[in-house]
Amino acid sequence: MVACHAENNIPTVGPAEAARSRAMHWLRVERYWEGEFPDVRLKFRPVLCQQCEAAPCEPVCPTYASHHTEDGLNAQVYNRCIGTRYCANACSYNVRFFNFFNPIWDKPLHLQLNPDVSVREVGVMEKCTFCVQRIKATTQLAKSENREMKDGELKPACAQSCPATAIVFGDLNDPESQASRLSRSARGEKLLEDLGTRPNVTYLKSQASA
Amino acid sequence: MTGAASRPATGVPATMTEDLLRPLLETSWKFYALVIVLFGVVLLGVGSFAYQVNNGIGVWGLNWPVFWAFDITNFVFWIGISHAGTLISAILRLVNAGWRRPVTRCAEVITAFALMIGAMFPIVHLGRPWLFFWLMPYPTERQIWPNFRSPLVWDFFAISTYLTGSLLFLYLPTIPDFALVRDRTTGFRSRVYGALALGWRGTTKQWHRLETAMQIMAIAIIPVAVSVHTIVSFDFSMAIVPMWHSTIFGPYFVAGAIFSGIAALIIAMAALRKFLHLEAYLHPVHFENLGKLLLMMSLLWGYFVFAERLTTWYGNESAEMSVFWTTQSGAFAPLYWTMVVCNFVAPLCILSFRKLRTVTGCVIASCGVVVGMWLERFLIIVPTLSHKYLSYSWGSYRPRMPEILLLVSTFGAMGLLYTLFSKFVPIISIWELKVGEQPELSQPQETPDEAATLWRTHP
Repeated sequence: MVACHAENNIPTVGPAEAARSRAMHWLRVERYWEGEFPDVRLKFRPVLCQQCEAAPCEPVCPTYASHHTEDGLNAQVYNRCIGTRYCANACSYNVRFFNFFNPIWDKPLHLQLNPDVSVREVGVMEKCTFCVQRIKATTQLAKSENREMKDGELKPACAQSCPATAIVFGDLNDPESQASRLSRSARGEKLLEDLGTRPNVTYLKSQASA
Repeated sequence: MTGAASRPATGVPATMTEDLLRPLLETSWKFYALVIVLFGVVLLGVGSFAYQVNNGIGVWGLNWPVFWAFDITNFVFWIGISHAGTLISAILRLVNAGWRRPVTRCAEVITAFALMIGAMFPIVHLGRPWLFFWLMPYPTERQIWPNFRSPLVWDFFAISTYLTGSLLFLYLPTIPDFALVRDRTTGFRSRVYGALALGWRGTTKQWHRLETAMQIMAIAIIPVAVSVHTIVSFDFSMAIVPMWHSTIFGPYFVAGAIFSGIAALIIAMAALRKFLHLEAYLHPVHFENLGKLLLMMSLLWGYFVFAERLTTWYGNESAEMSVFWTTQSGAFAPLYWTMVVCNFVAPLCILSFRKLRTVTGCVIASCGVVVGMWLERFLIIVPTLSHKYLSYSWGSYRPRMPEILLLVSTFGAMGLLYTLFSKFVPIISIWELKVGEQPELSQPQETPDEAATLWRTHP
């Protein structure tokens, strides 16, 4: 989550605003407790934009700020967003965040803004981009070196910084990529799959429950 | 101009024209006091909006995941109120209900102003309201159109059509009255009303065309009105969100809109009756009739709520049930049951009895309905947004002062616009009332000569 904030210039809103439930975590780790005390298990589920194939947020946007790219990403064009917040209401996963105020970075955080990512102004919706700036940079690098991108060459900030390598990123169109193989695993499940949003994120159940 | 008093044989009360023009021609200090107070209330809202634009929507109580609350509630509520004019006036005109005559204009004015107030909110609620014109299709060098798949863009078309139609619907039957005021005033005022009267002389041809145009508008405006609130309901029912994604929303919203519209009309008529001393024109029987309509709509509303709740409860789908129980017995239950009392129990208890269907009784029931219908819109939006699928992301909502001021100022704006309108335009259609007083002239399109004669002799 911290890596995500740092990579994507996500402002921290401060304790008062956070208490109003306005914190912007493109990636959140949901915690679910199972069982009765003392026999309880804690489960973590990192929830980020599921980059749905049939995303409920896209058709409702009146200005095409939320739209589907040719790469299959669910993109948010900040400049085009006028802040109807309809996309956030339509999103089944609540992974869209609104800039209720102009962002402020406490010193010295203002010196570490990522130059590859635009800073969003007040009244604009934002959400996980799958680190689109890294995707672009890596594909361009591969292209300039006249080669295909290698599997695992590209990692979004969350996957890069997760010590347990619990997050795997890769090309689902390449059947041999690690992400592709894992997503086909019997342990794989999609979040709220029955809504028909066709998410591109796959969660792996624990071995025991699979 | 021949004074009506010299020809008592026609049966037109000598004082009717004078009586109904009195608010236009005489101004008391009370009018100025009322306008100043209401203008002050409107300024509160303007100030609140300026504060919000300056700081960001964060000054409201909105949060993650409740991204809509008072703003869209006000929007749906006021668009709902706007159904007073068309549905009452157009339907009553089409069925040629005689008692409609003093009521229609009061209703049509509510439509026009409530729509203007309601249509403000899709702009006011934006994160970047200065870019509101991106919601409209306009030629731009970037060649980007709005997204026609978005219900918000449908809203834009629906509301602009309805606003245009209802302004025409209000304006057409006012033309002969503008001509009347033109002939009764002098100087600048006469010129302004003359321009508004579009050269009305009361010829047979003009009466005939007016009747035809009004007939066309009365028929055309009804499907437009129904479609507008259906499209407003689509803002919710198009999203796969628990308790929103429902096929009942279209008719449910339209019924609720007519319901709240009638209530607003009763309140407005009672206020006019009291402050402009129109007891001779707005009789208790008008309130009684509108009270019956309100009672019927209350029953219809109750039926819709029952049908919606029962299907949800019987289906027992987990995400929907979590929203369902927050309204029935959870955090939103006090608001929910207040709504049921205001919209169903109280109107039923008051309006079912002839003895209680008085002016006061109808106004009390109507005030309840206005409160109840506002709560209904709120309870459609907020409990759902605070209880979407993933329980980890559930939230709550508490309004803050700028939003509350904005809500209060909408009522101030309605009062102000209504006060000013009744100051500058005869709030009761004088010519229609006169035609109504002459039973043989009740169909002026068939006997235009007589109507024209009446007009020439008794303006």
